[in-house]
Amino acid sequence: MSFEMPVENWRASITQVTIGATEQDGGTRERAITIGGAATLPFLAFEGETPRPIIAMEVLDEQPEGWPEPLVEAFSDVYGDPAAWAQKCVEEYGADMICLRLVSADPDETNASPDELAEHVKAVLEAVGVPLIIWGCGNYDKDNEMWPIVSQAAAGERVILASAEEDNYKTIAACALADKHVVLNESPLDINIQKQVSILLSDVGVKPENIVLYEVTGGLGYGIEYAFSILERTRLAGLGGDKMLSAPMLSVVGSEAWKVKEARLPEEEAPEWGPQVPRSILWEAATALTFLNAGTDILVMWHPEAVKLVRQATEDLFTSGNGF
Amino acid sequence: MPTAIEIYQLLPKTNCGDCGVPTCLAFAMKLAQGQASLEDCPHVTEEAAAALSDASAPPMATVTIGTGDKAVEVGGETVLFRHDEKFHHPCGLAMTLDSDLPTEELAEKAKQLGELEFERVGNMIGLDLLAVRDAGDGSFAEAAKTVAEAGGLPLALLSEDTEAMKAALEHVGDGKPLIYAATADNLDDMAHLAKQHSCPLAVKADGLEALAELSERAMDAGLEDIVLDGQPKTMGDTVQQQTIIRRAALNQKFKPLSFPTICFTDAETTEMKVLQAINCIAKYAGIVAVDFEDPTLVLPLVTERLNIYTDPQKPPQIDQGVYEVGEPTEESPVLVTTNFSLTYFLVEGDVSATKVPTWIVVVDTEGTSVLTAWANEAFTGEIIAKVVNECGIEDKVSHRNLVLPGGVAVLSGKLEEESGWKVTVGPEESSGIPSFYNEQGFK
Ligand code: B12
Ligand code: SF4
Repeated sequence: MSFEMPVENWRASITQVTIGATEQDGGTRERAITIGGAATLPFLAFEGETPRPIIAMEVLDEQPEGWPEPLVEAFSDVYGDPAAWAQKCVEEYGADMICLRLVSADPDETNASPDELAEHVKAVLEAVGVPLIIWGCGNYDKDNEMWPIVSQAAAGERVILASAEEDNYKTIAACALADKHVVLNESPLDINIQKQVSILLSDVGVKPENIVLYEVTGGLGYGIEYAFSILERTRLAGLGGDKMLSAPMLSVVGSEAWKVKEARLPEEEAPEWGPQVPRSILWEAATALTFLNAGTDILVMWHPEAVKLVRQATEDLFTSGNGF
Repeated sequence: MPTAIEIYQLLPKTNCGDCGVPTCLAFAMKLAQGQASLEDCPHVTEEAAAALSDASAPPMATVTIGTGDKAVEVGGETVLFRHDEKFHHPCGLAMTLDSDLPTEELAEKAKQLGELEFERVGNMIGLDLLAVRDAGDGSFAEAAKTVAEAGGLPLALLSEDTEAMKAALEHVGDGKPLIYAATADNLDDMAHLAKQHSCPLAVKADGLEALAELSERAMDAGLEDIVLDGQPKTMGDTVQQQTIIRRAALNQKFKPLSFPTICFTDAETTEMKVLQAINCIAKYAGIVAVDFEDPTLVLPLVTERLNIYTDPQKPPQIDQGVYEVGEPTEESPVLVTTNFSLTYFLVEGDVSATKVPTWIVVVDTEGTSVLTAWANEAFTGEIIAKVVNECGIEDKVSHRNLVLPGGVAVLSGKLEEESGWKVTVGPEESSGIPSFYNEQGFK
C-alpha cells in the first residue's frame, strides 16, 4: 500500500487585515502589521500558508485591583500610567501590539470622561510605535458616548476598536468608518451571531478588510473547549468560502487565564498544585497555545513570561524538522 | 461505513428480493443506514462480504494497554473535529522514569506518580501510564518490575534492545504493557515478543513514509494492536504528522496509519515540555509521555485533556436539588447555583475549603454556567424562587437567607419578591467564598 498525502483543497483563504498606519498612510505608527491570510488550518505547512500569530499585550488605563502576585511583580512599577506600561511591554517584552483597555470608563467605578479617556489613548500612541487595539469598558451607553471622541483621538492610526456586538455596533462602526479604523466583531460564542454581526457591519459600510472576529473566550479548564470548537468551526467556514466568517480571529487570553483559581492561588493555599510560578504562567501560555491550534491570529496576553513561552512555542510550530 | 453506492457495487445486482426488499439498491441503502444486516442477502459472495466488513470496520483501531480496571484504551477516533461528534478516548498521559535510578527511589517515585490525583469536576484524574526508559545498563527488567509493582499503573516499556525487552516482559508481560519500540532493525524480534505476550507494539520511524512501511510490516506479522511514532522533531512536525495520520485513517482508510499515536516531550525546559504536551493533547495524540521532575505540572495537562475530550453535545451536569457540603444544620448558610458540573464542583470545592457546613441549592439550567444560564433565561428570579420553594430546603433550615452568585446580582430583587427569602449577593467568583464567609461571619 503506498501512502498518499491527504491534502485538502480549501476554497478560500482568510482575509488580510492591516492594523496600524505609518506616516505614509496617514498615521504615526513605526510599522503596520498585516494579519490574516491563512490558507489552511493552523501550522499545516504541507498544505498552505499559516501567518505568524501576533501577540498584543494588554495595558489597563488605571491600577488593577486584586491582581495575583506574579502579575503585580511584573507591572506594579507602571500601574496607573498606561503610557509607561505600554512602553514597558514593547521595549522590554517585545509586544507586537498594545491592547489598551479603557477600564476607567466604567460608570460604576472611576467613570473617566471621554476627554480623559482620549488623553489616555493619545499618551499611549505617543509612547509606543506599535499598532493599537482600544477596548471600551463594556457599558453600552458609556462606550457609545466615548467612542466618537476616543476614536477621533486616534484618527488615521488604523487601531482595532473593540468591540461591536449584535445589540451595539452602530456607533463603533460609524467611528471606524469616519476615522479609518478596524472593528472587532464580538459574539458570545455563537457562530451565527458572529456572522450576523459581520453582515450588520457590512450593511453599514464596513469593508471585510476592516473586520476582525472575536469569539468570547474561556480559560483552560473554564470553558476553553467551547471556544476551541467555535474557533475551529469559524475557521473552517472561512476557509470554505463564507465571506462573513473569513476574517482573522482574536482571542483574549490573559484576563481569562488569570481569572481562574489555578492561576491565582499561591502555593500555601493550594499545596497540591505546586508553586504558583510557573503554574500560573503556564496556565496562560497553555490557554494561548490551545487557541493558536484552533486558528487564532491575535492573542491578547498579560504575563511577560507567558508571552515569551508562547513566542518560543510559535517559533517551534513554524519549524520543520523531519517533515514526513 | 461505505456509502450505499459502494455497497451496491458489491451486491449481486439481480434484484431477486430474497432479502425482503425489492431491489439490491434498496437493500444497499438500508445497509448503509444500519437498518439491515448483510446476512439478510443469501446471495452475497464471500469476497464481497469480506470487503464490506472491512469497509465498515472502525476507521482507527482502539488499542488497550494494561489489564483490569486501570487498563487504558486509546485510539478508536472517528472524527477530525470534536464538534462533529466527540473524541472518544482521552489520550493516555504517561510519565517517564529512567531504569538506572536506585531501586528504592524508583519505587518511591512510581508510587507517588501512581497516586497522583487532581480533583476536577467531581472526577479524580491523574496519570494513566508509567513509562520505564532503558538506561542500557542491564537495569531495565528489574526496574520494570519495580515500577509495575509500586506504581500500580499500566506500563510502557521504552527500549530498542530486544534482549532487554524480552527480559522485562518475562517480569511484567502479563500486565499488557506497551512495547516501545519496534524500529526497522528490530521489528521482527519485537513483533515476535508482542505476539508472544499479547502486548501492543509501538513502531517508530523517522517520518511518515517509513512509519507506514514499518506499521505494514507489523500488520503482516499478524499484529493488530499497533501504536505509531513518526518521531516529530518540532511542534510544527507534531501538528502536521498527527493531522496527516488522522486524515489518512479517517478519510483515506489507509490501514497502516489507522492506529493511535504516541508523542514524547523533549524540550530543554520544563515549561516548554508542558507546552509540547499541551500541543499534542490539542492535536490528536493517542498517548503523551512527559518526563519533567515536578509532577504538579501534570495539572494543566489533565485539565486540557478533560476539556478537549468532553462531549460537546451534552455538557456534564448534575441533578437539580439540595446538596450538602459537610454536615449542615438548620442554621447553615444556603447558596444557590446552576447544575453545570463545572460550576457546581467549583463552588462546592471553595465551600469545602471554608470548613463551614453549607447547603447548596442546585437549579437545573440544562448544564449551563451561571452567566450562560442567565443570558439564556434559564436562571431567572422566578425559576430560582420556584426551585427554592419546592426543593425542601425550607424544612431543613430555620432561617430564610439565600446567597446568590455575584455575577447575577441583578436577579436579587426579583428573587426576594418571588421567594420570600432574603437574598445576599455573594462574590462573582466562587474563589471569593472563603473571604465572603469571613465577612458574613458564617461558621
Ligand atoms: C462556555 C460558554 C458558553 C457555552 C456553554 C457553556 C455551559 N455549559 O454553560 C456555550 C457556547 C453553549 C454558550 C452559549 C451561550 N452563551 Co455563553 N459563555 C461561555 C463562557 C465562555 C464561559 C462560561 C463558563 O463555562 N464559565 C465557567 C463557569 C464555572 O462559570 P460560572 O458558572 O459563572 O461559575 C462561576 C461564578 O459564577 C461563581 N459562582 C457560581 N455559582 C455560584 C454560587 C455562589 C453562591 C457564588 C457566591 C458564586 C458562584 O463561581 C464560579 C467559578 O468562578 C462565557 C464567557 C466567560 N469567559 O465567562 C460566556 C457567556 C457566559 N455566554 C454568554 C451568552 C450571551 C451566551 C448565549 C446566550 C449566546 C447566544 N445568544 O447564543 C448562549 C446561550 C446558551 C444557550 N443557547 O443554551 C454571555 C453572558 C452575557 C452576560 N453576562 O450578560 C457570556 C458572559 C459571554 C459574553 N461576554 O458575552 N456559552
Ligand atoms: S437478496 Fe441480495 S441479491 Fe437479492 S435483491 Fe436482496 S440484495 Fe439483491
